[in-house]
Amino acid sequence: MSAVLTIAGYGFREAVRRKVFAVVVLLTALFLALFWLANHFVFTRLSTISPPTDVNVDTRTFAGAFLLGLAMFATLFLGVVLAVFLTLGVVSGDAERGLLQPLVVRPVGRSTLLLSRFLGAAAVCIVYVLAVYGIAVAIIDVAGHWTPPSVLAPGVELAGGVVIVIALSILGSILLSSTANGIAVFMLFGAGLTAGLLGTIGHALNSHEIQHASKIAAWALPFEALYQDGLRLISSNAHGLTGFLLQLGPFGGAYVHGWGIRVWSAGYLVVAVALAVFAFSRRDL
Amino acid sequence: MPYPRPMPQALAVHALEKRYGPVQALKGVDLSVEESELVGLLGPNGAGKSTLVKIAVGLVRASRGRAEVVGARAGSRAALAELGYLAELFRFPGWYTADEVLALHQRLSHSDGGAAERKHLLERVALADARNRRVDGMSKGMQQRLGIAQALVGSPRVLVLDEPTSALDPAGRRIVRVLLEELRDRGASVLLNSHLLSEIELVCDRVAILRAGEVVAAGSPDELSQPRGVELETDEGVRTVEGAAREDAARLVAEAVAAGRRVYGVRVLTSTLEETYLEAVGDEVS
Repeated sequence: MSAVLTIAGYGFREAVRRKVFAVVVLLTALFLALFWLANHFVFTRLSTISPPTDVNVDTRTFAGAFLLGLAMFATLFLGVVLAVFLTLGVVSGDAERGLLQPLVVRPVGRSTLLLSRFLGAAAVCIVYVLAVYGIAVAIIDVAGHWTPPSVLAPGVELAGGVVIVIALSILGSILLSSTANGIAVFMLFGAGLTAGLLGTIGHALNSHEIQHASKIAAWALPFEALYQDGLRLISSNAHGLTGFLLQLGPFGGAYVHGWGIRVWSAGYLVVAVALAVFAFSRRDL
Repeated sequence: MPYPRPMPQALAVHALEKRYGPVQALKGVDLSVEESELVGLLGPNGAGKSTLVKIAVGLVRASRGRAEVVGARAGSRAALAELGYLAELFRFPGWYTADEVLALHQRLSHSDGGAAERKHLLERVALADARNRRVDGMSKGMQQRLGIAQALVGSPRVLVLDEPTSALDPAGRRIVRVLLEELRDRGASVLLNSHLLSEIELVCDRVAILRAGEVVAAGSPDELSQPRGVELETDEGVRTVEGAAREDAARLVAEAVAAGRRVYGVRVLTSTLEETYLEAVGDEVS
């Protein structure tokens, strides 16, 4: 256990000292400041917007869910940037630089070493994602007096999505060079986002084929499905036309959702980490 | 009455083979390092020295054969617990101080030496004044010495040092040489991979020369040096009797005196380790 804490602490110290961490923190501060400004203007002017009497739209819920969806996208994006840059060179990159060898020859075991690095990166990213998500929820609450029907679960799902990306990035770092791994993971992330948007388009067009393709992508890349499920949860109390309009937008939520995808994601994470441990045990350094 | 179990060798590799795709880096290497023995590994670039060292410390998996450290499979936790290793290319995080690097490795190697061990190790590699200096503020030579101190954390029984003096100046090399001799006297076993023949010749009990993945010569530096003749200095000048050995010297002197020559000096010529090495590896460039 002490070896796990030592290596996780080593990874944590390395993470917070990297320039990418400072860049992400700076971008996050900028994003949150702009987000607060946007919320201020949106909810100030909301009272002046009056939809026609025969159109039953809950403007506050629509605005709140849309803005929080936007914040969740930004949080996921920044969380993934952080996750990938913290882990893309955990094995190949560190081995090339000679940082890994002195650690591997200590009697802690390769699996402990890799799991500790995973836990260190996951701890940093989970804290980051939950903090940014929590601040976004608080900004909407203060500026617009709106809170999502489910506050905690979407944040946990966002963090879960980022943890899956960490596992994939660590697995990739064993098989690929740092640059190739970074490109591969960002392409996977982009593919997931595209598939999610495709699902929304498919829903709007009522195209079963597009929806089907989107569902396959959601199961194959469950970090996207978890994010989509989080979006679904923040607008789960939006019914009627409000719900319909939210569903048409990019932050409408999942078509693959619920406990099925959560359990699948957990299993996916375990398999990805196990594969990484196995691959690392056989990797020449 | 049961036979007493023999003490396992500090480090032993048997019929070790390693293949990287079409390239066979090691072709059945046998090598051992006994307790309190300092063995030098020599060979040109690409001979398989680094591969052999990496298999011994568990960084690389052998394709065939076996490698053991104090009787435990190389790379296993039991083997790594007995091992100190300095990689040829290594780096410590730049923001760590020298003391923090050693503290990290103390925790990972379960050493209970504490601050006293760290202080002692830094003194031994002449880094006592750099205890709180960050790694990124150290010269290459200082980092190399810190790497050697790191390898000594936990007083390992077996040390594997891959080019430990490559970045050191003559004074630094001397520090390492003295340190190696102390370690051997203390009972540690050392496998030293180096390109510096003079260094190997000075400190090693035995030498193994690798060429193209095979051990082509092995033995003590004295065993490896071959007679190259006897040089006689007489009133007629200096004459070399090729093919003569140490035991022929007295006879040659007697013959010269009997022939009326005045003998001023006699010297037995042997090949240096460098000459033996060059003979063993042929014209391969190191």
